[in-house]
Amino acid sequence: MVSTLHIGLRPLPTLLLVAALVLLPVALMAVDQPFYIVLASRVLIYALIASSLNLLIGYGGMVSLGHACFVGAGAYTAAVLVRGGLDLAWLTWPAAALAGGSLAAMIGVVSLRTRGVYFIMITLAFAQMAYYVVVSLRVLGGDDGLTLPRRAGYGFGLDPSADMTFYYAVLGVVLLLMAGLRQLLNAPLGRALQAIRDNDVRMEAIGFPVFRIQLAGFVIAGAAAGLGGSLLADLNQQVSPSLLHWTQSGTLMVMVILGGVGRFLGGVLGAAVLLLAQEFLSDVTTHTALGVGLVLLAVVVFAPAGLAGLWRQVAR
Amino acid sequence: MTAPPGLQVQGLCKRFGGVTAVDDASLGVAPGELHALIGPNGAGKTTFIQLVSGAERADAGRIVLDGTEIGSLPMHRRVARGLARSFQISSVFAAFTVLENVALAIQARSRTHCAVWRPVVAQAALFEDARRVLDDVGLGSRQDVTAGALSHGERRRLEIGLTVATGARLLLLDEPLAGLGPDESARVVALLRSFKGRTSILLVEHDMDAVFQLADRISVLVYGRAIATGAPQAIRADPEVQRAYLGESAA
Repeated sequence: MVSTLHIGLRPLPTLLLVAALVLLPVALMAVDQPFYIVLASRVLIYALIASSLNLLIGYGGMVSLGHACFVGAGAYTAAVLVRGGLDLAWLTWPAAALAGGSLAAMIGVVSLRTRGVYFIMITLAFAQMAYYVVVSLRVLGGDDGLTLPRRAGYGFGLDPSADMTFYYAVLGVVLLLMAGLRQLLNAPLGRALQAIRDNDVRMEAIGFPVFRIQLAGFVIAGAAAGLGGSLLADLNQQVSPSLLHWTQSGTLMVMVILGGVGRFLGGVLGAAVLLLAQEFLSDVTTHTALGVGLVLLAVVVFAPAGLAGLWRQVAR
Repeated sequence: MTAPPGLQVQGLCKRFGGVTAVDDASLGVAPGELHALIGPNGAGKTTFIQLVSGAERADAGRIVLDGTEIGSLPMHRRVARGLARSFQISSVFAAFTVLENVALAIQARSRTHCAVWRPVVAQAALFEDARRVLDDVGLGSRQDVTAGALSHGERRRLEIGLTVATGARLLLLDEPLAGLGPDESARVVALLRSFKGRTSILLVEHDMDAVFQLADRISVLVYGRAIATGAPQAIRADPEVQRAYLGESAA
């Protein structure tokens, strides 16, 4: 055994999961429930965004309470481009990632000089600044936000307004980015990020440029969140300042904690459970937040490694 | 193998508010020398290490490694130039295995230390080098244990292993024997002796038996000043050193 940190790839479960995700819309059409294709797209997008936050919190030890502002940066970038007629996803996706990454670079350069609770507060402060900037800018629609006349297209005669086509585009992006995230975490940079989470003083003392490594992680997470934001803009064909609100950052953090901080599929599981619970509990009761709160409490108390860590905890 | 680097420290000063922790301290470590830095509690020995390693910035003074001024470089750049420090309180990666701990320190000096693609586990050379270091510090049989599960003595040796694995050849060792029993202590002394000649070492240590066994030269730090430097016998006989250790009234 060389490494306990290496995130392996078990071929069979991975194949089953991917196959299930590929077949899901077909199955939903077969049982005449196309509405859930949109819900599934939403879950996938949040799985990506929550995973990017998990990279920061779980693997990088950077507890950011401002992640929603990178989502917002990507979403508004995509919205402005599509409204301006530049409505190709091959353009809006990288542009949104660039926007999220650039904003993360600016915020990170300042925030990463602090640690612990100060880091939480300063990321929150920056995110709230971004929120108020968006609210007060008339070109971005102020309180009302912006609507998108259509979703960004993919060319090749594909119609993004078809929910099934959009789902597959989202699935492709999310699978690709999750594969990339795994590769990153197993590579030297990912290993260094996790070591800094454990002991930043020692990392500097054995010769790693700690600040630069953390900044790189912060920018990568911001870029992924920005890309997720552009997918959200397409999904809803609408963007609003609420995307950037601090409660949104809080919700993303809840997803990560629920799913498993520092577990590879933590963000995915957390997003799925939270969004599906909200969806289906809202049919039964108006007090969905109470139910979600109780589940979160149970997870924190009984399964501190989150749902992703649960089976290992049970197996022990 | 080229000669290990030497270190020259001149007029080093550090104040914390009104307290002067290091006050115009100067000393030199010759290439290949094991130079011990001793002094009563609170003399500023650890602060001295902090300043030379780059963990804190000096208010004044020059730090010259192998002819190059390094006083303005951040800590990781000083490591890249071949100067690494160990910690008085073991500072390891508790969640990583012993092997992964050392592999990290070796990764730090590889050209791909922050690469984003090729998995670490595919870089066999990293782990081969790490195993060699572990054999040197006597932890070869413990490589798959997580560092958090090591005994205190083993952790002290991993601490030294991490410092050596950086490839640095001027080591600042901050009380490597702290808290060790006689057996473990003897092991670490033997380990340090095996470094002699290959690396230059500035050793801060309270265990006087070990210091007098190992050191080529000794400097004495009192109230942040290096009051004496010399061979062990000369230091033992120095009246000013005796006064510093026994107190003013006894002199």
